[in-house]
Formats: sequence, structure tokens, C-alpha cells
Amino acid sequence: MTAATVTARRAFTDTSFVAPGEQAEEEQLTLAFSFRNVTKQFKDKRVLQGIDLDVQEGQFVAIIGKSGCGKSTLLRLLAGLDRPTSGAIVYGAEAKEQKRTRIMFQEPRLLPWARVIANVEVGLTGIEKGEVARRNSQEILAEVGLADRGGEWPSVLSGGQRQRVALARALVGHPSILALDEPLGALDALTRIEMQQLLERIWIAKKFTAVLVTHDVTEAVALADRVVVIDSGRISLDLTIPVERPRRHASPELAFYERQILDRLYNR
Amino acid sequence: MSRALSSFGRSTLGWLLPALLLAGWEGASRAGLIPANVLPAPSAVGEAFWKLLLSGELIENIRISTLRALSGFAVGGLIGFSLGLANGLSSLSRELTDTTLQMIRNIPHLALIPLVILWFGIDEEAKLFLVALGVFFPIYVNTLLGIQGVDPQLVEMGRIYGMSRRQLFLRVILPGALPSIFVGLRYALGIMWLTLIVAETISASSGLGYMAMQAREFLLIDVVVLSILIYALLGKLADALARFLERLSLQWHPAYQTV
Ligand SMILES: Nc1ncnc2c1ncn2[C@@H]1O[C@H](COP(=O)(O)OP(=O)(O)OP(=O)(O)O)[C@@H](O)[C@H]1O
Ligand SMILES: [Mg+2]
Repeated sequence: MTAATVTARRAFTDTSFVAPGEQAEEEQLTLAFSFRNVTKQFKDKRVLQGIDLDVQEGQFVAIIGKSGCGKSTLLRLLAGLDRPTSGAIVYGAEAKEQKRTRIMFQEPRLLPWARVIANVEVGLTGIEKGEVARRNSQEILAEVGLADRGGEWPSVLSGGQRQRVALARALVGHPSILALDEPLGALDALTRIEMQQLLERIWIAKKFTAVLVTHDVTEAVALADRVVVIDSGRISLDLTIPVERPRRHASPELAFYERQILDRLYNR
Repeated sequence: MSRALSSFGRSTLGWLLPALLLAGWEGASRAGLIPANVLPAPSAVGEAFWKLLLSGELIENIRISTLRALSGFAVGGLIGFSLGLANGLSSLSRELTDTTLQMIRNIPHLALIPLVILWFGIDEEAKLFLVALGVFFPIYVNTLLGIQGVDPQLVEMGRIYGMSRRQLFLRVILPGALPSIFVGLRYALGIMWLTLIVAETISASSGLGYMAMQAREFLLIDVVVLSILIYALLGKLADALARFLERLSLQWHPAYQTV
């Protein structure tokens, strides 16, 4: 991915996400999804207590919060795996069909008994079949750098490679929203950075809306247009990261935002 | 080439000990260390084998026993597998039948022999019933366990990607349960032969067990030993077949990957 396309991409999000005054019209057109006062309760435990969140199409949002604060719950609601106790989640025109929202977990969740290519094809269930499915899967596999591994069993791949197969599976059906629940959490530091770059590159190329749950503040500011901090079931910080891409890891600019988020997380 | 050679070497290695034992046995018999009316020499058993083979008696008995074993296995296995599936997939079905089945499981099926003889006499049904009953439980229990053990995260994944119930079953649940089902299959094959031997020894007018009992009456100890050996061979054959199928369908499993 060249720097030029990266900046072009940046410009795209900028126009759809400008000064608060002119937003109204634009927002209606390009809204990917919107949480309207969403709460979620498990038995007598209120996990989410009134989440309001509008996300623009094509935006990269990172969600951060302490363990158990309800991040996964929020993603599951977004992906339609659970229903909110009250409130509503409204999807933009692009994401109307449920199958256009995909979710990726910390574990790759590949079928051990299916070859890598067949695992990617699972992502086309009910969308495409046979020859076409095979061809599209092969293509996306090449994009995640595993072009020649399609015939292997998942068990012979490394953790990072398995997660890339899971990414390919999530993307092969061209989702408009991709929800990622700590997808890189189990990877070592080096593989992690590599995967972050891959994720960014693919996000820029495919123009989907990305919602990334992570524990890693550095990862969040490196990847996201916007970081949302959740604390005791509410959004406690909603921070735009207006840093040009490609971003340099650990640059002072990013460190500035990172500090702000950490301060909020630890109430400093 | 060298891999093929070494795998050949390994499979022959397993036969080394039996061959040595056999040679030792023959030697001991010839030297008179083992009286012929206790244990005949392997060569005597070989002779008995040849004689019975020529008369067609052996083949006929093997055929009958195998047929009994397989039909009992098919009936019991099929019922066990279906009930295992049903109870693994539907909690209603499980609640309805599992407790009852677990209770029946505690009765050793061979303890039913007197009752079965009263019901069926020494007809084919008696053997079929006993084998089917013996085979049923290992298949049932392991199918159920296999299905309950399928990773729920994979099932959820299948749902997320919009698999239909049929697809979910064929692509996620059944393959996930297969290793456990194979454990049940191999265990059931063992029980199948065991049950048949006992049933044929007690009540039959044909088959390998009957052949052995007849030979005992006429003190043909070589034929008795021969029947025992053939049982062992058939059991081994069934197990090898199951292993082969297992290897074939569990290629994805790290434990079965050769390369
Ligand atoms: N199905 C459920 N039934 C009951 N309680 C649940 C359920 N799912 C989540 N919870 C509870 O909701 C709270 C939030 O869980 P959630 O998984 O969303 O946290 P999280 O922010 O993703 O945490 P982590 O960072 O550790 O993954 C936890 O206290 C958890 O115990
Ligand atoms: Mg979580």
C-alpha cells in the first residue's frame, strides 16, 4: 500500500467527519450504525447502562476499557449475537442485511477438519458457492499473505497465520462492518505489530467500518480514527485521533493521545 | 523410500514377539515340555486348520459367525448412533431417555443370557439381540459425549456465518464428534466379538463358538485352540479396519498427521 492511497483514504474519512456544525446532513447519509441508549442486563447484573454511539461508515473505532466492563457484550450486540435489554441499534443502509456484519474473536475459531481454503469459504455461506467461492477465497487469502497455504490443515499454521485465515474468512463476504474482539490479543508482540499493519492496509483497501476491541492502548491509537473508552457500562471518553496515516509506532503525537486515554482509564 | 522402509520395519517389529512366542511354543511342544492334551503344538493346530478348511466346515462357521456379528453390530450400532445423535442435539430427547438408558447400562448385557434363552431359545435372534445390546452402549455413550464435546465457539461461529441447521450438523457438529465416535466404534467391535463368543458357546448350533464347544466334547484340543486363534484374528481384523477408517476420516487431526 502506497503512502498516496493512505492519505487519500484519510481524506475520505475527513470529509465525512468534519466540524460539528455541518455534520447533520452528512451523518444521515454515511452512518454505519448507531447505538441508541442501549442497555444490556444479565440476570440482575447491568453490564451496559445506556450506550449512545454513532459510527460513520468507513470509520475505524477502537473500544477500550477494563476487563469485564462490557466490551465483548457491546460487540455481540453489534453483530446481532445478542439482543439489547432496552434501547436500539440502528444500522445504516449498507449494513441493513445482517450478513454484512462480521465478528472476529480472540481465538481464530477455524474448523480443524477443513482445509484453510475451505475455512475461508465458510465466510461465503449463503452468498456464493463452488467455483466462484473458491476463486474469491483464494484471492482474499493472497491478500492476507497466505496464497500458498490454502491446501493445509489449520493445525499446521502458526497462531498469527490462523488469525489471518480468520480475517480472510471474515472479509471474503465483503462485510460493511467488521467487529474485532481482541483479535490480536493472543499474539506475540512482533506478530502483533505485523498484524496491525495488515489490518490497517486491508481496512484502507476495503473501506469497511471497523470496530476493534482491544486492551492495548498503543494499538488503539495506532489504528483507530476514534477511541471510545467504556467505564462501568458507559462511554467515559470519546476521542478522535486526527493523526495522518501511515502512523509511526510510538511517535510523540500518538503518545499524547495514549496518555489522555490512560489518564481516563485510571482516573488520574 | 527410507520412510516407507522404516514404516515397514515398524509394522514388522510388532509381529516379532508373537513369532518368537510361536517358535518357542512349537519347540517346547516338540521337546515334550508341554503335553499335547494341555496345549497342542502350533503345527498340530495348523493341521487342524488345513483339514477344516478343506472340508469347508471352517469357512462356513466363520461366515455364520461374521454374519451374526455384523448384523448385531449394525442393529445395535445404528440404534445407538441415532439415539446418541438425538440426545446430543435435542435436550428434550435427552431428558426423556438418557436417565433410562444410563440405568439399563448398569446391567451387564451378558447377565441377560438366561433370560434371552428363555425368550428366543437358541435361535439367531438370541445372538442378534445380545450383540446388538452389547454394541449399543459404547456407540451411544461416545456419540453423545462427542456431540456434547463439540466446541461451542465453533458452533457459534457457524451460526454467525449463517449456516443452516443441516450445514451446521454436517460441517461442524458431526466432524467434531467423530474422534469420540471412533473410540466408541472400536470399543464396540471388541464387545461385539466377546458377546458373540459367549453367546455361541452357550447356545448355538453353528458358528465358531459352536465349533469350539463341539471340539471340546470330542477332546479335539487342536480345534479348540484353532477357534480361539481365529477369534483373535477376526477381532484384530475388525480393529484394523476401524483404525483404517479412523485414519482416513481424521486426517485433519494432529495425531494422525504423518507429514
Ligand atoms: N452470557 C452472560 N451471562 C451472564 N453474564 C455475562 C454474560 N456475558 C457477559 N457477562 C458479564 O458481563 C460482564 C461484561 O462481560 P464482557 O465479556 O462484555 O466483558 P469485556 O469487557 O469483554 O471483558 P474482557 O476485556 O475481559 O474481555 C462481565 O461481568 C461478565 O461476567
Ligand atoms: Mg471480552
